[in-house]
Amino acid sequence: MADNKPKKRRVRDSRPWWDTFPWWGVLVLVLIGWMAWQISFNSNYELAWDRIWPGLRVTIRATFQSFGIALVLGLLVGMGQISKNVFFRNIARTYVEIIRGIPILPLIFVVALILIPLLELDKFLNFEMRATVTLSVIYGAYMAEIFRGGIQSVSPGQSEAGRSLGLSRRQTMNSVVLPQAMRAIIPPLGNDFIAILKDTSLLSVLGVLEITQRARQFSASTFKFREGYFVVAFIYLLLTLSLSVLLSVLERRMTRDRKGER
Amino acid sequence: MISARGLTKTFNKTIHAVRNVDLEVDAGEVVVIVGPSGSGKSTVLRCLNLLEIPTEGEVVVDGFDLTDPSTDIDSVRAEVGMVFQQFNLFPHLTVLENITLALKKVRGKNKKEASEIAMQQLARVGIPEKAESFPRQLSGGQQQRVAIARSLAMKPKIMLFDEPTSALDPEMVKEVLDVMLKLAADGMTMVVVTHEMGFAKAAADRLVFIDEGEIVEVGLPEEIFNNPTHQRTKDFFNKILY
Repeated sequence: MADNKPKKRRVRDSRPWWDTFPWWGVLVLVLIGWMAWQISFNSNYELAWDRIWPGLRVTIRATFQSFGIALVLGLLVGMGQISKNVFFRNIARTYVEIIRGIPILPLIFVVALILIPLLELDKFLNFEMRATVTLSVIYGAYMAEIFRGGIQSVSPGQSEAGRSLGLSRRQTMNSVVLPQAMRAIIPPLGNDFIAILKDTSLLSVLGVLEITQRARQFSASTFKFREGYFVVAFIYLLLTLSLSVLLSVLERRMTRDRKGER
Repeated sequence: MISARGLTKTFNKTIHAVRNVDLEVDAGEVVVIVGPSGSGKSTVLRCLNLLEIPTEGEVVVDGFDLTDPSTDIDSVRAEVGMVFQQFNLFPHLTVLENITLALKKVRGKNKKEASEIAMQQLARVGIPEKAESFPRQLSGGQQQRVAIARSLAMKPKIMLFDEPTSALDPEMVKEVLDVMLKLAADGMTMVVVTHEMGFAKAAADRLVFIDEGEIVEVGLPEEIFNNPTHQRTKDFFNKILY
């Protein structure tokens, strides 16, 4: 009995350093380093890089614009879903259910090539704008769910307390419920930002000259498929990895600033 | 001060939480509502500031008919304090901010005035030193006292208490009850749902016993404790320890 005891007492702290070391980070860094080396010193990769990276402007512009519009749309629709008004509630729900039930690619065709011309908005919107609108409409629905879930994660006792003090519905929402809901809302919104960035690659099907489309054009015209697609994959990876590092720092800072909070 | 007539609340059209309750509370009176769990006593209390909307009947508070849709419920609620079983402090705000929020938004006080009032009320409940703490840094008893101070800061005409000590560890019950006793002695109009018979004995002007959504018996606490007239009341008091 007594001599078993030390063995059983193995706890987390006793794990060797190589067990907890983030090896995955080393592997990713090696991969990135290898690509950076190729782009710097291999003329084929260099050529691919020079042809593709100007598309980054479009990719980033589409990401920010879609995210911004989707944020506003998501908040409105999310509030609509929990509205007391039967009309708003059902409109919001219909929108969310339809968007969530259809994959992004066919939705891009439907909205950009059919609905927008049908509403005769095609005169004002070029293909990049149409694609941005489509992404916004799609992510607006996803974000509506995030906002709805975040608001509903705040216990009903909180708004009862607010209303009991004489605060109006709106005051209670703004001062009591939304600040607390933000804790549940911000992490998934960050994920959606990264997801939008990746999904801007779908704009290539409309011929928008973002990085994926440029990679396709480069590869098709030079037959350097490996170089073209490796480089575009590398750019996405670099963007998403640095974004997720940035987001986790942001999240940590947010929780630290309000140490009193749960 | 409060007058409820024929108050009825049904959930899903079939469950009668409250049936035909009549309740009058005069200014300065302390009314304690007791009864088994699920008897509808909390629902009655929540109807008094419209956290539950009565299915039938009439509730008049401070001269305002709450069931009349044209009544501005927010302004009535500002005059009616409510203390909850789960405290419901705002976790993202400090103790001071918890108290000043409604003072600023509803009463239109500036920051300085609101802070002064808040500090007075914190002193009244005995924890002025916790003003800058966040709710989660306080014990349950302290949180509940902050919740009481938050309501009192609005200078309410009526205070409603919904099982204010039921979520507390036993050693913290007294500090909250002491605050409530002091409040009763100061002449506050109070309606208290509680299982604390000691408090009822010490402070209640009237005891209301509710079972199955109906008022079974009303009277002075001593009378009801010592010789309840109804069988249901007898059964209830035989089962509880006090």
